[in-house]
Amino acid sequence: MDRIYLDNNATTLVDPRVREAMEPFFTEQYGNPNSLHSFGTEVHPAMHLAMDRLYCGIGASDEDDIIVNSCASEGNNHVLKGIYFDLVRNGPKNEILTTQVEHPCVRNSCAFLESLGARVTYMPVNADGIVDAETLRRHIHPDRTALVSVMWANNETGLVFPVRELAEICRENGVLFHTDAVQAIGKLPVDVARVPVDFLTFSAHKFHGPKGVGGLFIRKGLKLTPLIHGGEQMGGRRAGTINVPYLVGMGAAMGLAVESLAYEESAVRALRDRLEDAILAIPDTMVVGKRELRTPNTILASFRGIEGEAMIWDLNASGVAASTGSACASESLEPNPTFVAMRISDELAHTGIRFSLSRFTTTEEIDRAATVIRQSAQRLRAISSTYQNNK
Amino acid sequence: MAKNDLIGGALWEQYSAKVGERMNNPRHRGEITEEEAKALGARLVVADWGAEACGDAVRLYWAVDPKTDRILQAKFKSFGCGTAIASSDMMAELALGKTVDEAMRITNIEVEKSLRDDPGTPAIPPQKMHCSVMAYDVIKKAASLYKGVDMASLAEEDIVCECARVGLRTIRDVIRINDLKTVEEITQYTKAGAFCKSCIRPGGHEARKYYLVDILRDTRAEMEKERLFAQADAGDFGAKNLIQKHRLIEKALDEKIRPSLAADGGSLEVVDIRESEGTVDVYIRYLGACRGCISSTKGTLQFIENMLRQELSDSIRVIPL
Repeated sequence: MDRIYLDNNATTLVDPRVREAMEPFFTEQYGNPNSLHSFGTEVHPAMHLAMDRLYCGIGASDEDDIIVNSCASEGNNHVLKGIYFDLVRNGPKNEILTTQVEHPCVRNSCAFLESLGARVTYMPVNADGIVDAETLRRHIHPDRTALVSVMWANNETGLVFPVRELAEICRENGVLFHTDAVQAIGKLPVDVARVPVDFLTFSAHKFHGPKGVGGLFIRKGLKLTPLIHGGEQMGGRRAGTINVPYLVGMGAAMGLAVESLAYEESAVRALRDRLEDAILAIPDTMVVGKRELRTPNTILASFRGIEGEAMIWDLNASGVAASTGSACASESLEPNPTFVAMRISDELAHTGIRFSLSRFTTTEEIDRAATVIRQSAQRLRAISSTYQNNK
Repeated sequence: MAKNDLIGGALWEQYSAKVGERMNNPRHRGEITEEEAKALGARLVVADWGAEACGDAVRLYWAVDPKTDRILQAKFKSFGCGTAIASSDMMAELALGKTVDEAMRITNIEVEKSLRDDPGTPAIPPQKMHCSVMAYDVIKKAASLYKGVDMASLAEEDIVCECARVGLRTIRDVIRINDLKTVEEITQYTKAGAFCKSCIRPGGHEARKYYLVDILRDTRAEMEKERLFAQADAGDFGAKNLIQKHRLIEKALDEKIRPSLAADGGSLEVVDIRESEGTVDVYIRYLGACRGCISSTKGTLQFIENMLRQELSDSIRVIPL
């Protein structure tokens, strides 16, 4: 049975072209780029090309920095902890503003900084599930807010935040702005020339690059205390030998992601809508968030009367990979904070199933997945003790 | 944390094959209608437990023979994760053929153990244990409906965790049966405290009559008291604690040794008792005429040691200081 992968917000297939680009740097060209001899210097052209693609991919200027690191979790930690050391710790700006629906790497870093005495405010989302300009205006205080950190797009729902507006408000107020763009790269145009963010983070494995490599954009001239001290790599901003094959892979993946944006916007969106229509044709089913507000690849669906883990177990048995934010499927039994913040319903915390597509998803896969989902919903509702109750 | 905990995503790998089979093909899913129960000459009992908002809900159907109280047929339906489905299926199966009173003695541990592939390996990871606790609750509910009594008289007199609807008795039972030592474990086993957390300790967003920290402390204290009493009442000298051992040694000395030493104008006192590797060393000091007596390190000493060994335990050594 061919399996169908609909969990691309978790991670993606490495594009075969990316793998091919990386290959020589594991075998023939394995030098340390900081070495002066030819083994070191011969890898530089490929690294420069990769950096060009990263800069080009997000519209960064040559005066800006893109720090190559291990992942977006590292990048987000770097920004939050760096700002804590540079500003928050010494005051008078001692507050970090973020949202209730950030990824755990932002949420838990903020909680850690709170334990060190930082003031952190978690902004609520509006009825559409996003933080709007009005909410930010209400919370921002030019005299005390050091940093605003708002994701570009949400990993669970795919909802896209108005980052351009939010970044502009921050700029007007002289407050630094950071966005976790991990779910945006490759799905939406991301252009720091048009959107005045100060820090932006991404991870290669979310756009068909390898796991274990990511990037942190830092606007020209901005200070940010390093997270990893050591050698002179990355201009002293992030120590550690640069992972050459992974950087090359991330560059190739970024180039392909930008090239594929039009396809993502039209074809992937059409496939997503096709699957979404098929899901909504099943009675008593809902999808979270308006389509036009979401990344083109994501569906967060809720099937009334069906617990999420039971459904992904069933789908998995039929070869369809999806994910659930259900508390029952987590190690901690904690309800997913994004679901709680969205206040859509108590049931959503237990029924939410996320399907996320990629440019490798085919029409045949979508149609087969739709059949599997329909059958699973039927089977589990036949067992369900609450389904008929609610009718 | 250790090697096997460092790579996450192992939830499903910790399910037994039996759990997987019953998730895919539960044998007792479905319902029993009034007509079906009537055809069996049985009374239909339908019990609901849990709620969708809590993440788990189960409905149990029993066809019970009113003459023998025997459960002739058992079926279930469940809104719940895979392990809730599997443990509900096993719970229905275990009740089959039992009387209602016998079924009430089915515990969550029994349900979980029946789902094991190999007796030494848990069928589900601890954080999923709440699913089988629910199976235990719905049986009590069904029994109360059958007997026409309030469930409180059988089980839940007080709900501690409103979110997960977990009662005081369930929490006390789970602490006792599983020897739980932390609030986190109670949450893993029962789901109590997993949601709004108000019931964990005072100071949450809602005041509660009972808090898990208090229930845990009180139940552990009761368990400790019972353990000590059981130890004190036990016949086995080796199982007793040091104070109890000391008391028994003094008693034996008073009855069997000190009178004869006193006849010669001497006595002894116990200075210390130390235990190591199965040996109980009793350190003594001679008093009065015994001090400096030649026999005190030979015959008398042997006499004392033999007597204590005979009366109490072969593990005793007597060491004069």
